[in-house]
Amino acid sequence: MRRARLNMHKQVPFRAGGFAPRAVPFVGALTLIGLIGLWQLAASLGWISTRFLSAPAAIIEALLVLANSGELWLHLSASLVRLAWGWTVGTLAGVVVGLALGLFTVARAPGMAVVSALFPVPKIALVPLFIIWFGIGEGSKIITLAFGVFFPTVINVLAGVDGVPRNLIRMGQSFGLSRRSILAKIVLPGALPSVLAGFRITASTAIILLVAAEMIGAEHGIGAFVLSAGNLYDTDNLLAGIAVLSMLGLAVSWVIGWLERRLLAWR
Amino acid sequence: MTTRSAVALAVERVGHAFGDLVVLDDINLAIPAGEVTVLVGPSGCGKSTLLGILGGMLAPGAGRVRMDGPVADDCLNPLTYVFQDFSLLPWRDVAGNVSLVLEDSGLSRGERRARIAEVLEVTGLSEFAGVWPKQLSGGMRQRLGIARALAVRPAVLLMDEPLSALDAQTRALLLDEFSGLIARTGATTVYVTHTLSEAVRLGQQIVVLSRRPGRIRAIIRIDRPLAGRGADDPDLRATEAELWALIRNDAADAARALEHA
Repeated sequence: MRRARLNMHKQVPFRAGGFAPRAVPFVGALTLIGLIGLWQLAASLGWISTRFLSAPAAIIEALLVLANSGELWLHLSASLVRLAWGWTVGTLAGVVVGLALGLFTVARAPGMAVVSALFPVPKIALVPLFIIWFGIGEGSKIITLAFGVFFPTVINVLAGVDGVPRNLIRMGQSFGLSRRSILAKIVLPGALPSVLAGFRITASTAIILLVAAEMIGAEHGIGAFVLSAGNLYDTDNLLAGIAVLSMLGLAVSWVIGWLERRLLAWR
Repeated sequence: MTTRSAVALAVERVGHAFGDLVVLDDINLAIPAGEVTVLVGPSGCGKSTLLGILGGMLAPGAGRVRMDGPVADDCLNPLTYVFQDFSLLPWRDVAGNVSLVLEDSGLSRGERRARIAEVLEVTGLSEFAGVWPKQLSGGMRQRLGIARALAVRPAVLLMDEPLSALDAQTRALLLDEFSGLIARTGATTVYVTHTLSEAVRLGQQIVVLSRRPGRIRAIIRIDRPLAGRGADDPDLRATEAELWALIRNDAADAARALEHA
């Protein structure tokens, strides 16, 4: 290190730039469109083999054919029904249990022990067991999803309840509010940001488990469709299925973002 | 039918400890109805602990607090706090934060609306009824804290360093408003502060607590009405100096001690 000079004669330089990324509108969408364009270009120019990676145009065409024949809807609707049931059942159960662990001392220690023991188990490993219990039909798939959604939900709800500032609960008590009012008007809204953040995680968990469960044993569903296309070396249809999953994920994420903007406008 | 509350509190042999740390020891104190009692003392003397015990938010380790006197029919929550950190619900707008404390009361929707409008009016918040707390300045947040407290027509107003989270200018302005609002409600008021200028502006009875364990060191009365007390009144300045002389050594010791709690 050099010793500081005694005299300086210059303008003070600005040094606090950077480390503050901003969101620029439309750049995200343009990036995706640009990448797909590059991909198409590479395929058209023969830089990549379309036998292994279909061109975007071929995938879009495959999608249109699937849409027109009704096959797309057949698989997508089967998947959406499973997703809706599995996610809803897992979320409802998770919210109830998470609240119980957050609010009651009696429930917390035993509940946390069970949750901690089962949370790290990959839920896909349980699919064979669920098939033995609930059969190869819808039951085992919905239970797999619900099970996978349940644990992260419990943990997020519990964290949300724990994160509600104590002083607000004491304020409610000091004004003589009923337990029910404190729960409904202070604890639940206070936990909501954490609960909604949990929805982002559980929605993607549910999609992963959905596809895995459908690949293990299903006639219809996007997962089953992707698997059968793969078995036929039909990369156009295979990637069309993947594109549907990507759009499904985007749609779910948009819905949760919309919910957050609506419900958390106060932040 | 009672139209005006007049509740006195009697603190009888109250003591309290957090673990091994004795914060209050054998406090006996009469808090007269309709007066402002100010609790002052060095940091960590148990002022806020005593306030918590007075309002039933903390069970005293020893002794008890009695309340005596009529409570008006329109009073929804006899012992009502104003908090240092405001304790507003960020997910409710200004009117919603007041509404919260009226919703369990059995008041009709119209009565609730009337009370909300009234307290927002007296605290100067009427035009901000639909605004989120995050949009309010600190001073306005505490005005909302006061509005919420007044909405339940309290018999006893318990104010826990309500101005200490605010800047000096806001504090001076709000202090003037407080003294007007307190005089107007006529509620028995217990006001905790470590700012002695606030104590002499608001207090009719000023209780000086000693350093931990908190005991009553002195009680000073100022029998002048709140309305005539100016910020640079020489008599009040003299009382302030007298209070400081009582607290000074304890405060210096407290400032040098390690924080336990």
